[in-house]
Amino acid sequence: MKPSDFATEVHNDWCPGCGDFGILRTIQMALAELRMEPHRVTIVSGIGCSAKTIHYVKTYGVHTLHGRALPYATGVKLANPQLKVLCLSGDGDGLGIGGGHFVNAGRRNLDMLYVIHDNGVYGLTKGQAAPTLKLGVQTKSLAHPNINDAVNPIWLALAAGATWVGRGYSYDIKHLVSLLKQGIEHKGYAFLDVLQPCPTYNDINTKEWYGGEDRKETNNGRSLPRVYKLEDEGYDPVVHEPSQLEKKATQALEKALEWGDRIPIGVFFKSEHVPTFEERIMQRVPTYMDSPPALQSIAGPNGEPRTDLTRLIERMTFKGA
Amino acid sequence: MSPPILVNDLSWLIGGPQGSGVDSSANVFARACAAGGLNVFGKREFYSNIMGEHSYFALRAHTNLVRSHIDAVNVLATFEAETLFRHARAVTDDGAIVYDPSLAKTRLSDIPTIEKRLAADLKTYLISHGVGETLDDMLAASKQRGVALVPIPFKELLEQIADEFQVDQLSKISRVVNMLAVGASFGLLGFDFAMMRGSLEEVFRAKAKIVNMNAAGAQKAYALARSLVPDFRYRLEKVAQKEPRLFLTGSQATALGKLYGGMRFQTYYPITPASDESEFLEENEILDLNGHGLVPETGGKEKGASMLVVQTEDEIAAVTMATGAALTGARSATATSGPGFSLMMEGIGWASINEVPLVITLYQRAGPSTGMPTRHEQGDLRFALHAGHGESPRIVLASGDFEECIRDGFLAFNYAERYQMPVIHLVDKALANSYATIAPPDLSDLRIERGALALANNGYSKEDPYKRFDLGNGPVSPRALLGQEGTIFWNTGDEHDEMGHITEDPGLRNAMMEKRFAKLDLAAREIPADVKMNYFGPKDAGTVIVSWGSTKGAVLDALDRLWAEGAKIGYLHMRLINPFPVDGVRKFLAKAKRRIGLEMNFGAQLAGVVREHTGIEMTHFILKYNGRPMSNTELYDALRSVLAGKAEKRTVLTRGA
Repeated sequence: MKPSDFATEVHNDWCPGCGDFGILRTIQMALAELRMEPHRVTIVSGIGCSAKTIHYVKTYGVHTLHGRALPYATGVKLANPQLKVLCLSGDGDGLGIGGGHFVNAGRRNLDMLYVIHDNGVYGLTKGQAAPTLKLGVQTKSLAHPNINDAVNPIWLALAAGATWVGRGYSYDIKHLVSLLKQGIEHKGYAFLDVLQPCPTYNDINTKEWYGGEDRKETNNGRSLPRVYKLEDEGYDPVVHEPSQLEKKATQALEKALEWGDRIPIGVFFKSEHVPTFEERIMQRVPTYMDSPPALQSIAGPNGEPRTDLTRLIERMTFKGA
Repeated sequence: MSPPILVNDLSWLIGGPQGSGVDSSANVFARACAAGGLNVFGKREFYSNIMGEHSYFALRAHTNLVRSHIDAVNVLATFEAETLFRHARAVTDDGAIVYDPSLAKTRLSDIPTIEKRLAADLKTYLISHGVGETLDDMLAASKQRGVALVPIPFKELLEQIADEFQVDQLSKISRVVNMLAVGASFGLLGFDFAMMRGSLEEVFRAKAKIVNMNAAGAQKAYALARSLVPDFRYRLEKVAQKEPRLFLTGSQATALGKLYGGMRFQTYYPITPASDESEFLEENEILDLNGHGLVPETGGKEKGASMLVVQTEDEIAAVTMATGAALTGARSATATSGPGFSLMMEGIGWASINEVPLVITLYQRAGPSTGMPTRHEQGDLRFALHAGHGESPRIVLASGDFEECIRDGFLAFNYAERYQMPVIHLVDKALANSYATIAPPDLSDLRIERGALALANNGYSKEDPYKRFDLGNGPVSPRALLGQEGTIFWNTGDEHDEMGHITEDPGLRNAMMEKRFAKLDLAAREIPADVKMNYFGPKDAGTVIVSWGSTKGAVLDALDRLWAEGAKIGYLHMRLINPFPVDGVRKFLAKAKRRIGLEMNFGAQLAGVVREHTGIEMTHFILKYNGRPMSNTELYDALRSVLAGKAEKRTVLTRGA
């Protein structure tokens, strides 16, 4: 399969140079490389520029409400766990208005990937400060420097219970494809934060800034990129056995504090020792994965209700004499 | 000359602080009556509180089916002072009060949980009877009227039980007092004690010692009460009922209808009084299947069925998660009450613009804001009709009794799928928390209708793809399910084109708006007349009541009395509020000179909707908004007053503790 198999003909109206293009491209590449059948995939998004992504991808696409991509995606996945579900948000979408769902998705560990397009601004409403913009930073539409501090998505994901936590950069296509594939294949709830310039409204965290073009090496004039890869430094994010949880979580938190001149990307944390939500449901409903809500036959050929309430109703009945 | 004996027509009330086991005692009383062939209707009233505030159950037992409560109480069963102070005045002159004589000196002012307004009211009452403010004084005032007093020494009886069963601390068996009060009640009423014993076994399944202790205590109280008032006027006797009777709450009835209708996914966030339904569903998540359609879908091998109940982080997640599930083809619903419903607005709009079959069961309670969370109101009709910004079609269906809860719970999914839009199923606190025996409804006419579905790979191609919102073939486009091969589609909360992609094209906008609303016209034409509304009483009645929801039981019980007296009065009970069945309503109201809007709200909301659609105005209103459901007795009085031409345009009912 080719990435173009996952492309639609819908006119793309993102600004030139938008980081969303990289994310769109890598999603199409990852799905192709994983040889996913388009109809087996559902991509759910919230509101904002990021949310338009689904219209450009040829899979089932559900563009929902501001902040609510996660619960819609959760409903899709729970009703038909045989589907592959990807969920996309912006940082205002997912960490501002949708912050409550972000936390609660971690508690469930449902088998899906959640991607946040993280650019620090509300682009579609013309550049207001979003939850990942740092305190005191003044991007170009702001009347004053940002009065709120930033939330740390990696910390928040770990605290909420995500069992795979990664960060990518939308201009590092190859690396991002690899992260998306790992996130999709992770058994459990995976969270991927994607750093993404907004060329129109975030004039601070630009492509040039991430690329370190403001700090060229003196001898050869090469830029010193701010973004570096965790795996290049021998970082091992995997909780190999449950006893390592504290150490691995602490290590991820420490790494996630780095910002400014050195910004780590890659996999921060991965654990497969937490039962997935599907497994927890199976404890109660053993037939869940084979006969999930979406795939049960509820009616006979002429609409006869198949649900047989006889035993339940007997328990609630006083018999006649 | 003593008045004649009254057999099997009883109003019984038990109360106590929340958390003290009053629920179980009422349950035991009701089940004992039902086991003895009687029909019961029980109303539950409680504060928004875990422990300590006053709660009570008012229960009617009768040979015939009972559909509502009355204000009067024939037997008041108490084991503490507050219940007695609060309810003694409601006891009929020929009734009885079971009480604890050791509390005789308790003063009204000793009870902090009685609101100041009520305390002042009670004090005035006591003064007018020339007595002081102790429990003894309240009893004296009751006795003046002829009420029989039944002192039960609860502590002594508990001590005897503790001895017999070798329990070292009385506090461990303090809840037995509930059953002593029930036992004393049955003793007064001369009801077969074996019924109570059986009922205790039902309620405390598998806990033999608890059953035995409660039964032993209850039997002592039974014997004592019987000896104290051997000639009590009210009696309960066993009745040989030929037909089985279902004993359930409105929450359970609604859940049964939804399950039967094939619901497989329900979300909820904890809220009173809606959560009961979801909890009941969760307890019964593993389902049985009958043989219909076994082959070929499952290759003849039965896999078993189940439903998934998900407790979400808030009601926004509840409505959106259920919508996501509905997109996969699972029949999906969420259940909530006012404040939760308020959070669902945006999600309802999304489901409507995306033509998703979603059922929202709305358990109304007294608002606005937190209002009175555990009290009753029908205040959300207008809200359900208009919930959300913009204009979005939805079906609004309101149930009036348990059988309607079952049927509407079932039908809601058919309508949601046939017309591809949200269905808001209105129920309310009075239905949810009341329980009753009913004749098991005959549901053999019900069929599951899934509406137009797009089959996988149904000849769609790149040139002629599946269009989720096809404008070419009438307002209902065949619905594809997520995951199905060959029918990829897109959804968006933005206005969309036929494929489901965003559009702001003015022509497409018009076409899509018109398509969505044309489905409502279709629903108005296709939904059967007897689902839309039901008319009771003489067709040529000069006076017609227009009402909806749980007032139905009280209205019918009041009307039975008025009809017996020869009154020409009819009752139009509305169930389908949107799309509004204009012609049917016009037909039933055309000849009525007096039209009474009867609702549990301040603004006469349905009456306004009737006027909006038909131009017909009500001549009278009977309204209630104090948080307590209408009793059939206060309703009877109010209706008589209207019939006699003595009523003001607007009557506000105020009864209920």
